Amino acid sequence: MSGKVLMKGNEAIGEAAVQAGCQCYFGYPITPQNELTAYMSKRMLEEGRVFIQSESEIAAINMCFGAAAVGVRTMTSSSGPGISLKQEGISYTAGAELPLFFVNVMRGGPGLGNIAPSQADYFQCTKGGGHGDYRVLVYAPSDVQEQYDYTMLGFDMADRYRIPVLLATDGILGQMMEPLVLNEYKDPGDLPSKAAWRLGDPATKEPLWTTSVYLGDGELEEHNLKLQRKYDEIVEKEVRFEETSVDDADIVMVAYGTSARVAKSAMEMARAEGIKVGLHRPITLWPFPEKRLGEIAGSVDNMLAVEMSLGQMWEDVRLASCGACRVHLHGRTAGGIPEEAAIVDQIKKIMSSKGDEIIRNF
Amino acid sequence: MERIFTMPEAMKPEQTLYCPGCGHGIIHRLVAELVDEFGIRERTIGIAPVGCSVFADKYWNFDVISAAHGRAPAVATGMKRGRPDSFVICYQGDGDLAAIGTAETIHAANRGEQFVTVFVNNAIYGMTGGQMAPTTLIGQRSMTCQLGRDAEIMGYPIRVCELLKDLPGVAFMARGSVDSPKNVLKTKKYLKKAFSNVIEGKGYSFVEIVSTCPTNWGMTPVKALEWLRESMLEHYELGVFRDRDAEK
Repeated sequence: MSGKVLMKGNEAIGEAAVQAGCQCYFGYPITPQNELTAYMSKRMLEEGRVFIQSESEIAAINMCFGAAAVGVRTMTSSSGPGISLKQEGISYTAGAELPLFFVNVMRGGPGLGNIAPSQADYFQCTKGGGHGDYRVLVYAPSDVQEQYDYTMLGFDMADRYRIPVLLATDGILGQMMEPLVLNEYKDPGDLPSKAAWRLGDPATKEPLWTTSVYLGDGELEEHNLKLQRKYDEIVEKEVRFEETSVDDADIVMVAYGTSARVAKSAMEMARAEGIKVGLHRPITLWPFPEKRLGEIAGSVDNMLAVEMSLGQMWEDVRLASCGACRVHLHGRTAGGIPEEAAIVDQIKKIMSSKGDEIIRNF
Repeated sequence: MERIFTMPEAMKPEQTLYCPGCGHGIIHRLVAELVDEFGIRERTIGIAPVGCSVFADKYWNFDVISAAHGRAPAVATGMKRGRPDSFVICYQGDGDLAAIGTAETIHAANRGEQFVTVFVNNAIYGMTGGQMAPTTLIGQRSMTCQLGRDAEIMGYPIRVCELLKDLPGVAFMARGSVDSPKNVLKTKKYLKKAFSNVIEGKGYSFVEIVSTCPTNWGMTPVKALEWLRESMLEHYELGVFRDRDAEK
């Protein structure tokens, strides 16, 4: 496949994975990501690669753990309830320093919730999700093209740092169709070799041991500090964001994914009315662009977090602001999608408010 | 002088830290001997499960991975599918295989995954200190069935071979024991069949091994062997439950 096509987000993720050399896909059905599993069931077999519809999400992530351990590119995908089940395996993968790419096409929660688009897994995506001291690099695309491009980059980052990398998208982005340029996968050329640690390779002379268990006195602390140094490097090098009209703004919105698309329209509406609004769109949710957001907080009086969850990202924006400006919240939940007019109304309310008042839309 | 007995190359020259009378040491060695006999050490990957054998890497002289509790069959599936030229040994205990990992076990068998499963059944959780296992016998006492396992409340000890043998994906399924030299040799024969099946790509091959846990059974090693013969083998019949080759 090549050139420009019209494609669903979920399928674009699948095709990008195939192009990036994913050898093993393991998944379990869950809405709203079923198009991805279905796409892989066909494409992976066409390519002579591995596709298994596993008996559970737990099995799927552990199959990934095994495939990653023998050094092949592997992925799984799910939505919130399934990602909750996978957290055990993600923690083990982080602990054992194995490369993994996985996708959360977010839906409404908690519990079985609903199948409407949502960003309510922000905490789960960015704050660990599983047990223990670890981090996951999280990309939050906002259109079909970015879902494709960040899938490819995600595989590279997983290999570069030997970590789990998450593509955090949602039911709208996964299921909508948009024109897509099928960019060819380009090997960065400087990814570290897997030869020293991949299991089952007869070329390796000494027996290898892949594990996340460190019971000796001080061993786990030493291991975790090693992981931390890697996370520090990621914070330093891998933060990504996009900004629109921030320089002259009196108020800056912070929004990612689907929310950022709505926020951008709201920004244009507000600007048409003469209100100077800017938009900061985090592309990496972890590492969060906290340094840049801290700078912005120092130059404006107000920021507004726009999200399809009830203040989960808002907490990170407030942390980044260090109290330098007021940080307000426009949050929708359980399938509710922010509306441009409602955002503009809230912005007007914020601009005319005084003192320390924090304004929420609910 | 001719040397007639040595440590297998697939074992590291280490003293195992298992309790006196524990079956793991014998079973580790049987696995290692077969890895050597088939000449597959450099492409073998063993799975160290959660339980006492979590440190099998310290004893086996080939690649080892530690899997999450119960997930060894899924990890084995991922490794074998990802690297088809590898030889994967899925080593699991009773809690791992027949309680928390039951789903993974059944579905790996049903897909006919090409790896060897070594199922060590000692009817108790060893590492966590002697709790009731899915294979704990009726009346047997443990930390979590202190008055003895009562079927009315706790259900029945699962016979895994009998449960799985009719799945079409299963190529070989047998139950051996390590209570006597005779049974050790017979168990090795079963394991050898399982190894050759997988090497020849014939399908899922599974050997259950009835074993001892003197520490958590509260017995001396000698008494544990007696109890194994009197009680365990009464419920867990030894023999071959499935051999697809013999059916042809």
